[in-house]
Amino acid sequence: MPNIELMSGNDAVVKAAIMSGCKFYGGYPITPSSEIAEGMAKELPKVGGKFIQMEDEIGGIGAAIGASLTGVKSMTATSGPGFSLKQEHIGFAVMGEIPIVIVNVMRGGPSTGMPTYPSQGDVMQARWGTHGDHQIIALTPCSVQETFKLTFEAFNLSEMYRTPVILLTDEIIAHMREKVILDEAKNYKIIDRVKPSVQSEQYKPFDNKYGLVPPLASYGEGYRFHITGLTHDETGFPTSNPNTVEKLQERLRDKILKNRKNFDWYEERMVEDAEIIVVAYGSVARSAMRAIKDARRENIKAGLFRPITLWPFNYERIKKLSKKCKKFLVAEMNLGQIVGEVERGACGVKTKVDFLGRANGEFITPTEILSKIREVMNV
Amino acid sequence: MFNEHIFDYLRTDKLPHIWCPGCAHGIIVGSLLRSIEKLKLDKNKIAVLSGIGCSGRTPGYLDMNTLHTTHGRSLTFATGIKMAKPELTVIDVMGDGDAVAIGGNHFIHACRRNIDIKAIIFNNNIYGMTGGQYSPTTPINYYASTAPYGNVEPSFDIVKLATGAGASFVARADAYHIALLDNVMEKALSHKGFSVVEVMATCPTQFGRRNKMKEPYQMLDFVAERAVSLKKWQEMSEEEKKGKFPIGIFVDEQRDEYVETYEKNVIEKAKRGEK
Repeated sequence: MPNIELMSGNDAVVKAAIMSGCKFYGGYPITPSSEIAEGMAKELPKVGGKFIQMEDEIGGIGAAIGASLTGVKSMTATSGPGFSLKQEHIGFAVMGEIPIVIVNVMRGGPSTGMPTYPSQGDVMQARWGTHGDHQIIALTPCSVQETFKLTFEAFNLSEMYRTPVILLTDEIIAHMREKVILDEAKNYKIIDRVKPSVQSEQYKPFDNKYGLVPPLASYGEGYRFHITGLTHDETGFPTSNPNTVEKLQERLRDKILKNRKNFDWYEERMVEDAEIIVVAYGSVARSAMRAIKDARRENIKAGLFRPITLWPFNYERIKKLSKKCKKFLVAEMNLGQIVGEVERGACGVKTKVDFLGRANGEFITPTEILSKIREVMNV
Repeated sequence: MFNEHIFDYLRTDKLPHIWCPGCAHGIIVGSLLRSIEKLKLDKNKIAVLSGIGCSGRTPGYLDMNTLHTTHGRSLTFATGIKMAKPELTVIDVMGDGDAVAIGGNHFIHACRRNIDIKAIIFNNNIYGMTGGQYSPTTPINYYASTAPYGNVEPSFDIVKLATGAGASFVARADAYHIALLDNVMEKALSHKGFSVVEVMATCPTQFGRRNKMKEPYQMLDFVAERAVSLKKWQEMSEEEKKGKFPIGIFVDEQRDEYVETYEKNVIEKAKRGEK
């Protein structure tokens, strides 16, 4: 009998985090992500891990980053307003190259917005929320099973590339209950950060000699290294030398973009002969899948492109698809965020990009997407 | 007072430091290192953190596990480090802006939890690095770049704040009375639980220049003349106490330490399947 459990998206995050070897959670209660904190508070101590409910959101991610530097896989989870508060420390983890997973369960915004209603309004905040030029990895699951899987992948990517990784779910995925085949995890890899093999005297925490991702030592193991949020050289000490800073900035960019092929995940359905391709991600992709099937029954050649890795965005794939189809229809629970990226990808071709979106807390239904498909295809 | 062995704990290749002539930060770091050396702490097992500002540069000079974090939030990182690796001695160096302005919330909650972190607060009553703006510890009527008509905000009493919030070791020392500073620093490092050492420091560049104390000795005198031993303080009238502050150890109690309690009351129960 396969090991199957009925669970919510938030439960799946907890289950996968523990199975991935996460040993530290720092967070603050916020709807609709609180079940992740509650689950980690219960499960982490069973495996010798530690949970702390900090005094605020900033403290939650700060503690997780600190714990990560001792060598343990660490995470935090939050939603909209809390995600805003965490932004400075996301940037610190980018600059210090400290592995950490941040789950953001998107809810209606701006501000307090609609705490118990779904939204996809934080897509651009995930990309550009922290200040300064930087690259970020963000993954968006469309089912509970996929949430389970992508939690493993989020930890793996954070460890492989020494970077914060954002698991961007939404209120629907987080609170919906579905079956999860836990045995699937047997096929998943569990990757740990590369540790230095050199003597402590030779260790440089930002050494570019090892390629784009330098090995990371743990505090307390004799390496005695320094990390700062200031721009720094390969030894980790501050510098504002333009050449050194430029090299650092380029490596931080390249380690994500040049490795993107390793985590360039997306799903396509019926795009081969499609005249219209719906672009949707997260929970909205579920409606889109149904809508394209219904459209096919009406002899409208519709397909679906579902980015799973939302950031860095796959402009090249959009460009390729744009040469095949006549139209894109981007459906998202916001007033237009990923649609702009699809337009960038389709720039220079004749393919028109249409948009269906709203930010009133109402889910986008298959019927609505189907109606929009009919409208833009003039059926 | 000079102890050549403190060089074993310094990244001497990172010297000279960036602090201005007459700054008291070096005096405090010297005291910290003498105490570490006296206690023979293993530098591989010490983590030193800081926030942002002049004091924030301290960890960079120390040959230990060092982390220069964000403004006011160093205690959150320190909390994660201490929880994940309790065998480390965790020292958090903060300025007055870090500890009781932008990081005030983290400070009171770290006190409340009684987590075993040594919080050393370099209180120079001013934002030095950003150009002399008033802080929550700038005395009333003193001048700052953002208080051109004199400061009108009452100050935090960090000792009372830490005591009220539940820290199990609370002391105040200053950059002039070095014997006391060394004594307090050593006791803080030996204490199990959240330990607060407020060190009254000087900033001739940003505070002194605006307040007719531009010479370093004037600023040190300003600290020395206001500091009163705790014993004497208790015998003084309210009138005599005006403009002065007590120095010494205010709280030194053994209380349950947070990480130990978590391990005993949470992890052990969870592993046994209890609730």
